[in-house]
Amino acid sequence: MRVVLDPLALHGAFIREIEAISEQNLLACNQCGRCSAGCPLVEEMDLLPNQIIRLAQLGLDTVVDSTTPWMCAACLMCEARCPKGVDLPRIMDALRQIALRRGESRVVAGDVDPALLAGAPQMAIVGALRRGEK
Amino acid sequence: MSAAGSTTALVVGAGIGGITAALDIANSGFPVVLVEREPSIGGHMAQLSETFPTLDCSQCIMTPRTVEVGHHDLVRLHTYSEIESVRRSDSGGFVVGIRRRAAYVDGDKCTGCGVCQEKCPFKVESAFERGIGPRKVIYTLSPQAVPNKPVLDAEHCRYLQSKWDMQAGRSPSVDKNGQPVSPKCGACAKFCPTGALNWDQQDTLVEEEVGAVILATGYDLLPASRLPEYGGGELKDVVDGLAFERLLAASGPTAGKVLRPSDGAVPKHVVFVQCSGSRDPERGVPYCSKICCLYVAKQAMLYKHRVPDGEASVFYIDVRAGGKGYEEFVTRAQEEHHVRYLRGKVSRIYAEDGRLIVKGVDTLSHRAVEVQADLVVLATAIVPRVSTPGVAGLFGVAADENSFLVSGDEEMAPVESGAEGVFLAGAALGPKDIPETVAQASGAAAKVLSLFLRRRMAETTAPAGEGMRAA
Amino acid sequence: MTQAARAYSYFPGCTLATTAVDYDLSGRAVAAALGLELNEVPDWNCCGATFPLSAENVMSFIAPARVLIAAERSGHDLATLCAVCFHVLKRSDAYLRAHSEAAERLNAFVTEGDYTGQTRVRHLLGVVRDDVGWEAVKQRVAAPLTGLAAAPYYGCLLLRPQEEMEFDQAERPRVLQDLLRVLGATPVEFPRQAECCGSTLVVSAPDANRRLSTAVVDSARRAGAAMIVTACPLCKYNLDQAQAGRPSPEQLPVAYFTQVMAAAFGMLQVAGPAFAVEAAT
Repeated sequence: MRVVLDPLALHGAFIREIEAISEQNLLACNQCGRCSAGCPLVEEMDLLPNQIIRLAQLGLDTVVDSTTPWMCAACLMCEARCPKGVDLPRIMDALRQIALRRGESRVVAGDVDPALLAGAPQMAIVGALRRGEK
Repeated sequence: MSAAGSTTALVVGAGIGGITAALDIANSGFPVVLVEREPSIGGHMAQLSETFPTLDCSQCIMTPRTVEVGHHDLVRLHTYSEIESVRRSDSGGFVVGIRRRAAYVDGDKCTGCGVCQEKCPFKVESAFERGIGPRKVIYTLSPQAVPNKPVLDAEHCRYLQSKWDMQAGRSPSVDKNGQPVSPKCGACAKFCPTGALNWDQQDTLVEEEVGAVILATGYDLLPASRLPEYGGGELKDVVDGLAFERLLAASGPTAGKVLRPSDGAVPKHVVFVQCSGSRDPERGVPYCSKICCLYVAKQAMLYKHRVPDGEASVFYIDVRAGGKGYEEFVTRAQEEHHVRYLRGKVSRIYAEDGRLIVKGVDTLSHRAVEVQADLVVLATAIVPRVSTPGVAGLFGVAADENSFLVSGDEEMAPVESGAEGVFLAGAALGPKDIPETVAQASGAAAKVLSLFLRRRMAETTAPAGEGMRAA
Repeated sequence: MTQAARAYSYFPGCTLATTAVDYDLSGRAVAAALGLELNEVPDWNCCGATFPLSAENVMSFIAPARVLIAAERSGHDLATLCAVCFHVLKRSDAYLRAHSEAAERLNAFVTEGDYTGQTRVRHLLGVVRDDVGWEAVKQRVAAPLTGLAAAPYYGCLLLRPQEEMEFDQAERPRVLQDLLRVLGATPVEFPRQAECCGSTLVVSAPDANRRLSTAVVDSARRAGAAMIVTACPLCKYNLDQAQAGRPSPEQLPVAYFTQVMAAAFGMLQVAGPAFAVEAAT
């Protein structure tokens, strides 16, 4: 499927939204791929981290439907190694925020496994809910 | 300043740039003082196996020049020497203080036979061999060294250290096993057929009057230890580009066999990592080091020549191949020699179960990849030599935020420094390949010759008694 | 170096007060043994559990800010044991210091006082290394852990981002290795010492979480470790759970660094089950 690149989208609302929430300049990424090379969760992601940024750079907001931001553990390895200092975890968080605004919660308190409620460190549950609940 | 001094050139650095400039000037009839920090001339080109894109043997194309400059009537060569002081002379030239370091070898008596090196019982790490092999305490950098006279590394010489300890009334130094260092060595002196060892030799200070200067101090590589996530400086089988050249070089420690430093085995999969420290404003240097894309293609091809059943993989972000014949060269590596190019910057390299695990990515196929390597070559960033800004400062030349030398006008006069009579050439200005270095060296030499010719003309047309005008 | 007690404001955090109370007890015990006075922050609340990554969320800084404000009143450095709390508090502190408008807006909502950025946020392991010193630690070792091959597992949030956490070199961390050596144990280097255990994916993507934790455990075992040492309750939970299905003899015990210290100090009552087993044999 050929994408007609809309020049307006390159300066449009979607990019502005991501950049405002994340405080990052998407164009600082030159797609070297190092983030994806070191990400421990790539096996579970439908799009590589660097692909997420690329699609966002082109203003293609279908990137919001990707599973990638939800498979991100916020381990911060990508940001630690990025040669351009792009804070990818913040971009992932921005996409999560936008996805939640547009759609449903991804983590629902009532659905949390009772075994976890009983034994897991509560920071895991609080953290997951803060990230995934509308 | 004497008339002779005003048309004598000083060239600082005797790599291929300095050598070329010195020859251009000397062959035009003007004297040259050539100063080199290492025991012999040739710079990094002397470490290379073959050059790109021709795959000429580096020693073969360079030796005619090193020999010519080493024997030239008009070239005064100071090796194992450093510029120590500089002051302006009245007529726009310089009076330069040069420290010739003590080599403990009498150059007039030494015939370059090499017996001392052979008989020296002690080995130390060799900077020239980049961690691949050792050298002796008394050493030449290579069999084709110009001049072919060894120097003795006093810091590691047991004979000298214990002699100095005794003279100073200190208790003897101990070696790494806690044993007192034996004063009973001196093997080199015992076997030297001409008695050329001189234990009392001192540094000597020489003053030279010169009318113009060319700074051609060259480059170094970012230390691999700056890349701990690649195992740089820690994993024996993670080496830099110059170290791999020493593995490839016929005159190198392995006689040109590509062998793993850790166990001497032939690596069956070599991974090359471009942009190791370059294009990395956060943790390395911000600029592109320019030559790595080509030398990696070269090294990968040479590896495949030597180990035809081996695999060579290159991780790159871009392939920069702008020079003449360069694009075709890289294409040959990919299409004819099956060097596998993977687009993506490597995240991490570590050792596990005897292999090197390279965590990378191929963005073109959208796949995170893992490669198991036997040997990894890091194309580390080109940086100026640590001593370059200091030497340049003595001549009034500035260095930029990356410590490369600044031209008076980067666009229109790159070999001019902006300081009168001081010219620049080669990698001291920024990453550069051999053809560009040679071209800049000849350019700088031409500027010097122009200056000298104008001075000579002013001298011959001026009425007697009038001083020389600085051009 | 005097033996007078050095005082710190201490923030246990929710997890150490409940599911990871063993970390808290062993931490307090070894701190006391080293002459460190830990004064629990009065009326503390949860730190927030995640560091707010999106700019609009000034409100989500309120939780960590309240803790920082309470600590500021004490005049001491704020020390914590939980790696997640350390991460959240330290980065929140750095963010508020760098964004004065955010701090101002926040101060308008917090009644307990104003955040002024005076407090230094520390991790207790850093306090031991920098304020106590390894020599003093060595002096308290009553039962050197000779022969214990322990894999130091740092996880993510303690180390990264390096410039903000100010804790150790993120690519070549050394503090746990140095501690283990001082205690007489043998640190085991293994490739995954700073790779993620899966973190909060235990809730939202448990299979992926298990894959990551299992990889960490297996990497430590392949390198020859008999124990994994950690500084984070979530890492411990994830690494323990990843092995839960395996037969006991195949499981690698996971201990907090404070429990390892307690064992070496001869304080077996707070050293946890990993060392109780050793004591029994």
